[in-house]
Amino acid sequence: MTVHDHGDHVHHDHDHDGDAHPHAPVDDLDHYQPESLLMEQALRELLVEKGVFTAGDLQRQIDLTESRTPALGAAIIARAWLDDAFRAALLADAKLALGRAFDLDLANTPELTVLENTAQLHHVVCCTLCSCYPRNILGIPPAWYKSREYRSRVVIEPRAVLSEFGTELPAQREIRVVDSTADMRYLVIPLRPEGTDGWDEQRLAGLVTRDSMIGVSQALAP
Amino acid sequence: MVKSVHDMGGDPAGPIQRAEHARTLFDQRVDAMLRLLAHPQKGHFTVDAMRRCIESLDPQAYHDLSYYERWLRAVRLLAIERGLVGQTELEQRMATLAAARRAGA
Repeated sequence: MTVHDHGDHVHHDHDHDGDAHPHAPVDDLDHYQPESLLMEQALRELLVEKGVFTAGDLQRQIDLTESRTPALGAAIIARAWLDDAFRAALLADAKLALGRAFDLDLANTPELTVLENTAQLHHVVCCTLCSCYPRNILGIPPAWYKSREYRSRVVIEPRAVLSEFGTELPAQREIRVVDSTADMRYLVIPLRPEGTDGWDEQRLAGLVTRDSMIGVSQALAP
Repeated sequence: MVKSVHDMGGDPAGPIQRAEHARTLFDQRVDAMLRLLAHPQKGHFTVDAMRRCIESLDPQAYHDLSYYERWLRAVRLLAIERGLVGQTELEQRMATLAAARRAGA
């Protein structure tokens, strides 16, 4: 299982390394098998001692990962709503278009396909085998995306799953579920909400939620 | 053909639990170790190799371990396979750390 119930655990700070950090997570090590904690520390220490990476490399990687949020995705979607040429480029070759328009270096990331929702067709993204997700655009996937329940059900009963997210689509709208892989990630362009004529990019981006870019919900109404 | 444990598309399952939980430092470190080792310019191993390790966990371990504990088992196996660390020295280090913890360190 990947969804943990924190219940009434008291959250102690088990980190004895003393590194105060802006992204310092809440630590709750009760979830883990004792062997896992020993394994992580032993492996990390040995890899640093052998010069495979440094402690600084590890911290910079953590910082980079934590710095990625759905705000980037929202800016991309708002641009796509406003700029037909950008949207066409995004749909044709997402990594190329993003490299040019958002100065993103995606050379070392998996392929990315952008899918456009329309009044006839709605896309939902999942990864039935694991947790593949456009992390460079949306950050870390939500816990439910990695859960057995979402992975099992969304491919056979997407309407029921969307309903759990409060998303009801017209019966005649086709729902297409796309299954990500280690080599191919997906980003959904949600339908632009009505009543947003004349809005600028920043204002539109405020309507674009993480879940709307996964496809389990729609963009917010203005 | 019997499906492997990770291949859960289409299986019956209950309601989706949408509560989020903060990632722990353990989670962040395991994640970062994988990113550093699997970075294409480092080339120690690929995400596909990582998946192969996770998917070959026995079903009980797959279900008992949390998400990043599964990742850690895969990173450990690949680090040993690729000769980045020795299995014996890793076990010895774990034993040393366990002894230190028991001693109240």
